[in-house]
Amino acid sequence: MKVFRAHILVCGGTGCKSMKGDEIRQALIKEVAEKGLADEVRVVDAGCMGYCAAGPVVVIYPEGTFYQKFQVSDVAEVIEEHIVKGRPVERLMYVPPEGTAAIPHMKDIPFFGKQQLIALKNRGLIDAEKIDEYIARDGYQGAAKALTEMSAVEVVNEMKKSGLRGRGGGGFPTGNKWDFCQKAEGDVKYILCNADEGDPGAFMDRSILEADPHAVLEGMIIAGYAIGATKGYIYCRAEYPLALRRLNVAINQAREYGLLGENILGSGYSLDIEIYQGAGAFVCGEETALMNSIEGKRGMPRPRPPFPAHKGLWQKPSVLNNVETYANVPQIMLNGGDWYASIGTERSKGTKVFALTGDVKNVGLVEVPMGTPIRDIIFDIGGGIPNGKQFKAAQLGGPSGGCIPMSAVDTIIDYEEIIKVGAIMGSGGLIVMDEDTCMVDTAAFFMEFCQDESCGKCTPCREGTKRMLEILRRITKGQGRDGDIELLEELAYAIKDSALCGLGQTAPNPVLSTLRYFREEYEAHIYNKKCPAGICKALAQYTIDAAKCVGCTACARKCPQGCISGEKKEPHVIDQSKCVKCGVCMDTCKFGAIALG
Amino acid sequence: MSLLNVTIDNVKVQVEPGTTILDAAKKAGIKIPTLCYSGDIDHKPGACRVCVCEVEGARSLVASCVYPVNEGMVVKTTTERVRKARKLNVELLLANHPTECNLCVRSGNCELQKVAEQVGVREVRFPYPDFNREECLDTSSPSIVRDTSKCIKCYRCVTVCENIQTVNALQPSFRGDKVKIAPAFGSPLNNVACAMCGQCVMACPVGALYEKDYVGDVWKALADPTKHVIVQEAPAVRAALGEEFGMAPGTLVTGKMIAALRRLGFDKVFDTNFTADLTIMEEGNELLKRVKEGGVLPMITSCSPGWVKFCEHFYPEQSAHLSTCKSPQQMFGALAKTYYPQTAGLDPKDIVSVSIMPCTAKKYESQRPEMSDSGFQDVDYVLTTRELARMIKEAGIDFVNLPDEDYDNPMGEYTGAGTIFGATGGVMEAAIRTVYAVVTGQNLPDLNVTPVRGLEGVKEASLTIGDLGEVKVAVAHGLGNARKLMEQIKEGTSPYQFIEVMACPGGCVAGGGQPIPTTDEIRVLRAGALYSDDAKVQAKRQSHENESVKKLYETFLKEPLGHKSHELLHTCYVCRGLDVLMDQDDKKKAGGSK
Repeated sequence: MKVFRAHILVCGGTGCKSMKGDEIRQALIKEVAEKGLADEVRVVDAGCMGYCAAGPVVVIYPEGTFYQKFQVSDVAEVIEEHIVKGRPVERLMYVPPEGTAAIPHMKDIPFFGKQQLIALKNRGLIDAEKIDEYIARDGYQGAAKALTEMSAVEVVNEMKKSGLRGRGGGGFPTGNKWDFCQKAEGDVKYILCNADEGDPGAFMDRSILEADPHAVLEGMIIAGYAIGATKGYIYCRAEYPLALRRLNVAINQAREYGLLGENILGSGYSLDIEIYQGAGAFVCGEETALMNSIEGKRGMPRPRPPFPAHKGLWQKPSVLNNVETYANVPQIMLNGGDWYASIGTERSKGTKVFALTGDVKNVGLVEVPMGTPIRDIIFDIGGGIPNGKQFKAAQLGGPSGGCIPMSAVDTIIDYEEIIKVGAIMGSGGLIVMDEDTCMVDTAAFFMEFCQDESCGKCTPCREGTKRMLEILRRITKGQGRDGDIELLEELAYAIKDSALCGLGQTAPNPVLSTLRYFREEYEAHIYNKKCPAGICKALAQYTIDAAKCVGCTACARKCPQGCISGEKKEPHVIDQSKCVKCGVCMDTCKFGAIALG
Repeated sequence: MSLLNVTIDNVKVQVEPGTTILDAAKKAGIKIPTLCYSGDIDHKPGACRVCVCEVEGARSLVASCVYPVNEGMVVKTTTERVRKARKLNVELLLANHPTECNLCVRSGNCELQKVAEQVGVREVRFPYPDFNREECLDTSSPSIVRDTSKCIKCYRCVTVCENIQTVNALQPSFRGDKVKIAPAFGSPLNNVACAMCGQCVMACPVGALYEKDYVGDVWKALADPTKHVIVQEAPAVRAALGEEFGMAPGTLVTGKMIAALRRLGFDKVFDTNFTADLTIMEEGNELLKRVKEGGVLPMITSCSPGWVKFCEHFYPEQSAHLSTCKSPQQMFGALAKTYYPQTAGLDPKDIVSVSIMPCTAKKYESQRPEMSDSGFQDVDYVLTTRELARMIKEAGIDFVNLPDEDYDNPMGEYTGAGTIFGATGGVMEAAIRTVYAVVTGQNLPDLNVTPVRGLEGVKEASLTIGDLGEVKVAVAHGLGNARKLMEQIKEGTSPYQFIEVMACPGGCVAGGGQPIPTTDEIRVLRAGALYSDDAKVQAKRQSHENESVKKLYETFLKEPLGHKSHELLHTCYVCRGLDVLMDQDDKKKAGGSK
């Protein structure tokens, strides 16, 4: 194998690619070639490195110099200075918000330093489309150990020891799931991977698939061996073309190397994996709806029991696990279940990947050990709230989850602890919201999503969420009534209690959670017809501050309704009954005399 | 296997493993309210969430219709949590359902009404949508009307059309509250491969699917002094009509039915059984002809118009297997406007021919272009058993206390063979009796051909019939079972010479026009009434013994399969295939959400 003196890794995640990541990489390759360094320096299309806020990201090894906000115009300088002359380019380095000194190395940057990578172990370090690089970093060692040195039952027991719980949101102990299926009778069994990742804004699974698809394949091989699966499917949403491409490449490479197919590594175990693309339905991320979808049927969930471990895909015993769950499996096999169980809390072991988004400085993908306080993720790793705004709440678990207000921000990442405060771990979406967020509007947003994505099979989800959304929208439009909160709660509990699948059962969570912590905000909308955050336009009023208004008449001239009156050089007044809240007056005023509130 | 111990509302019961909470509760004397569940079609999607109950240890409520019990399970069906959820779910369904119970054809026999009553919903706290009835009503089909504004998304029609009939005419489209149960591309029902069998109507718990009503047309004809209105009734009608008046299923009400029809004003009351016997003469001889001359075998009966349409759509290349005989209804219709007026000295143009059928497909059959060999539309109006009952109620006739009356001649005589046409296997049994007698010159030692009776999906029998040798026959009911036999024929592996197919599971006694509900228990009782009529009431049990039929041949038709028969009593079929017929309006609607 060729040995290079330097590796230039260009972040190949979708975020950085959308900011000309490919052009940057091509320009680097060209520059390296033109300088005659093609034999010494390798440019790599790496997977998502996770620090989206700093993108496009380029990391140069062996030192691990981290360059942020890279542009094509920086290529010549970096090659000349860093590669040829050995002088890293300081102006492209990361500078922490409070300090002035640049932090050149990735491992020293707080965003990275506080993370512990297991599922994301290979991110940003390998070319996702080269199986040799995966193998070089202990790839397929776990599968080799499981298939050639352990029995299926031993593999299941190791998984139980590890305490790994489903990372798709359900949190069901993975070892137990494999155990049920391993014991189920049948010649035909299926091992399935849920790569549908439907939560809005979530990209944990996408990043793993783009950065390290082999980790998922290896996890599936180990799981397939444990349960005795004869065939594997990866159900990946069609909206992830890069992930699909990388999976296809990885599967073909694995087949070539005899890691998929007949008699893997001479163990006698055979497994092949096929990819099935989703067709745009969030509900198809639900276990049994996913199976119906693969069977060519409408993506509607099935009642349980029977559980998929006994009657799953094509009514055969099946195990469905999430992408992130699988990504943990190879290392658990290699390092042992005890090693994994030594990380985390008593009931939540290992690490969890979060997509940290919203009103936070360091937007990106983070992996932290269970037991990390949420506060650390938002304020340390995340760098806190930008633009001098105050933290209001963090939504954990997307449309199925709840909000964590300041009063609960010291809650640790742990399945049960999070449920105690009214949220769920979910698949890892962590949306930070600042003071300019209306919690009623946020609840309505998630309810609208659930209503849109509901398959329509069961009454509480199909009809109930529609009615909840109806009430929420009335409230945000200033038509809230006395009794609305009580009706929302009644609907919420009945839907949670009686819906057929997880989508319906968790759809009311954002409403219940925001009512728990921000009830007064609902009441302000209903009884005072006011939106404290100033978001719900129907409840907001544009008013002119008489103290600041100089009477320039600019706003009155621009107003399309002609509802601003006043004499020249006298304070002006807006006629609220005619105002349509277009906001042109506020945009026009040069004296900051008009506010929305 | 040992029984499981379960406690439901503090009542202990023992049940077999695999029993659902719903069935276990029945054993404990508790009838948990259900809505989408239908045991008759094995439909338990657990979708409506009305039958939810609390299981100790389970996180959320479970659907009792589908959740199996386990040893030691403790179930509570009346906790506040359960009652609240149940009531709210019914309220949510009512909030999306038109509030016109008084005007609805299912008022008084509607499962939504019943369950709302049982769970005690007294108010709907959510605004009703604009139902947009025009877009929701599909009256394209001559047999069945769809009103999606009343659909409660129980998916029963989908299950019966997909799993049992294997037609797939109705499927859910779109998601969430925009879900609509409709034919492909939102097409009108008449434009897709729908067999018109009406099993969807039988399954529907509310008024979202119902028969197209021709009662008004019939009243008009009866009131017209210039018209001579005659009526025929299928055998299955007399075995079920009484249920609409509170009589027990399986009560044969032939005499009262005839009396009621006379009081309604029909000029002559005839019997479809008469032409059932006639069909056996024609079809029996047709079978013998095919066997002797090497014609297309197996021959398949053609009296079920739902089956015929199914065959024309799904197996058009095999339509030569169908008997060319018309159904008894249509044979009657052709004679009603040729033979009858001749004997009665009437002008055929003054005759209005009405039929009372257990069937919705017969409405479609009567309007087929081929069904006018008399020179007029042979059967003018077809009423289902349900429509006749409504007419009788509208006229205020005290059905239960009517005296028994008799049929008119010359088309009112029938044998036991004719009356068993209403049950699955009945046509086959009737045919075998006559074919045996014609070939061997003797009666079957036992006229009861029991191997072809009963509710098993596909029945077989094998008999030695004189010098025909061994004759293998099969009987299928329900189109899914018909399909199995057709696949064999397609592959060239069918071992049979003669096959009877009825579109509806159970045969005509469970047709799309019969009283609702129809269960397997009721199927057996209704068929039982017909078999009783055959074995105990009728003097003659073989079609060829029917004197009126003999007279018909002597004076009019001359001989079976003769020239006159071919002109009036035989038909041809159409290759329909599976393409959806799109007209301009459909093209606009296709692909969009309503």
